[in-house]
Amino acid sequence: MVMKQREITLAALGLLLLWQLAALIVQRPILPGPSTVLLIFVRELGNDLLLHFGASLWRVTAGMALSVLIAAPAGIVIGASPRWNRLVSPIIYLLYPIPKVVLVPIVLLFLGVGDRAKIALIFLILFFQILVLVRDQAVGIPPQLIQSLRSIGAGRRALFRFVYLPASLPAILTALRQSIGTAVAVLYVTELFATKYGLGYYIYYNGSTLLNYPAMYAGVIAMAILGFGMYVVVDWLERRWCAWKFAS
Amino acid sequence: MIHVHQITFGYTPTSPLFEGFTWDVARGEMWAILGPSGCGKTTLLMLLAGLRFPTAGQISIEGRPIHRPRPGTGLILQDYGLLPWATVRQNVELGLRIRALYGPDGKHAPKESLTENRAPYWIDRLGLTEVAERYPSQISGGQRQRTAIARTLVLQPDLLLMDEPFSSLDAVTCHDLQHLTLSLCQEQGITLIVVTHAIEEALALGQKILLLGAPPNRQARIFENPRAGQGQIDRRLHNQLWEEMKRQGHSVASP
Ligand SMILES: Nc1ncnc2c1ncn2[C@@H]1O[C@H](COP(=O)(O)OP(=O)(O)O)[C@@H](O)[C@H]1O
Ligand SMILES: [Mg+2]
Repeated sequence: MVMKQREITLAALGLLLLWQLAALIVQRPILPGPSTVLLIFVRELGNDLLLHFGASLWRVTAGMALSVLIAAPAGIVIGASPRWNRLVSPIIYLLYPIPKVVLVPIVLLFLGVGDRAKIALIFLILFFQILVLVRDQAVGIPPQLIQSLRSIGAGRRALFRFVYLPASLPAILTALRQSIGTAVAVLYVTELFATKYGLGYYIYYNGSTLLNYPAMYAGVIAMAILGFGMYVVVDWLERRWCAWKFAS
Repeated sequence: MIHVHQITFGYTPTSPLFEGFTWDVARGEMWAILGPSGCGKTTLLMLLAGLRFPTAGQISIEGRPIHRPRPGTGLILQDYGLLPWATVRQNVELGLRIRALYGPDGKHAPKESLTENRAPYWIDRLGLTEVAERYPSQISGGQRQRTAIARTLVLQPDLLLMDEPFSSLDAVTCHDLQHLTLSLCQEQGITLIVVTHAIEEALALGQKILLLGAPPNRQARIFENPRAGQGQIDRRLHNQLWEEMKRQGHSVASP
């Protein structure tokens, strides 16, 4: 689902227009108009907002990187070996559907309230998604392809490099894209607890402690930019690494 | 060159596809393996390619028993043989890149490494220059098969195994590629073994035809076809093979 730039710009303008209309109709401080918020957003960037954004970006990126590095190879190993697949798949089947948000309190108990717990939660959300998609991808690789490569000398290393890795890339990127929404949501939840940095904290603090609504909305915008930016990066990587998917 | 000696093989021990099967191929011969679906043609190629191993007996090529894929053997499977995420050029160079990955270790790649990159030559020779930067999904079936052939020839094989190589192509493309395959093999001194379920194709390609029937195959039934590759088909042999296959056909399990 790669979008065109012009369409996205138009959609963004449309949304801003709707927001402005809603603000004019509601006429209350809890819904300031976009112009007010954008002004505050720029001003807050000069204050601490960039710092909060950076903290959130680090947590979500670290969690994603960790999950790709661990789940993708694991998915390949499981998918490429029927024996491992038989052994592990029932376990995945049980754990996969659990909404990972329910693990928030448990992970916080075990890993404390620092960055480690937040990164671990993002990791957990993405891990199963990537594991399952990469495994299914590896299972679906036609045996004829493997045999062709083995006949020209490919062993395990060459199969990984020339078959499983390139075959998994689209699955990894799809898993990332599917999980961005949940990852950002869980990030928000974890940042409500005992931290002084992160967009979750920033939004909550401005909204319910300082009652600074324009700043709160500036935080929401920053969060939206974080999520949207990740979509853009994933799309960009897909066009770069999976060009063959778009060739027809 | 190839010596298949008293081999037994089956995916399940109770229903062997081959039992005490013996067959010999001399260097430079052009063979077709003919038989109905499910008789074990692809399986025999896998055994020759060193991707499966007989439970009894032995296969040796150039005097060496086969324990793993042999660098001098090229294998072309019907579909799926090309990497969908690699361009024609990258697919043709794949064998070289795999060898570069391992180095000349004498296991994955021969001890003596190939001295030059013959990929551009074969891409050009097989008429693939214009599509060299395209992906397999963007080229015709005939071009895909040419790509597979180029990839194999780059590695300078002395034995080429092909599984139903032209069965999904239109008649003209099929005829062209049959002709091309024969002339390239003759020119490069490659021994050719082509699997097919079509009598016409066996007659067009195989100077000798190995007819397989309902498993288990015990005896190699061989038909001489000196007129292969000369553009006309031996009618009498065609009818004879037809009768043989019809007689066997009823007892072959459906695939
Ligand atoms: N990987 C496999 N596992 C189990 N049975 C197989 C496998 N491959 C082929 N067979 C069976 O072995 C028989 C011969 O298959 P194959 O050699 O592919 O026949 P052909 O190529 O002549 O159509 C068929 O009955 C087929 O179902
Ligand atoms: Mg077959």
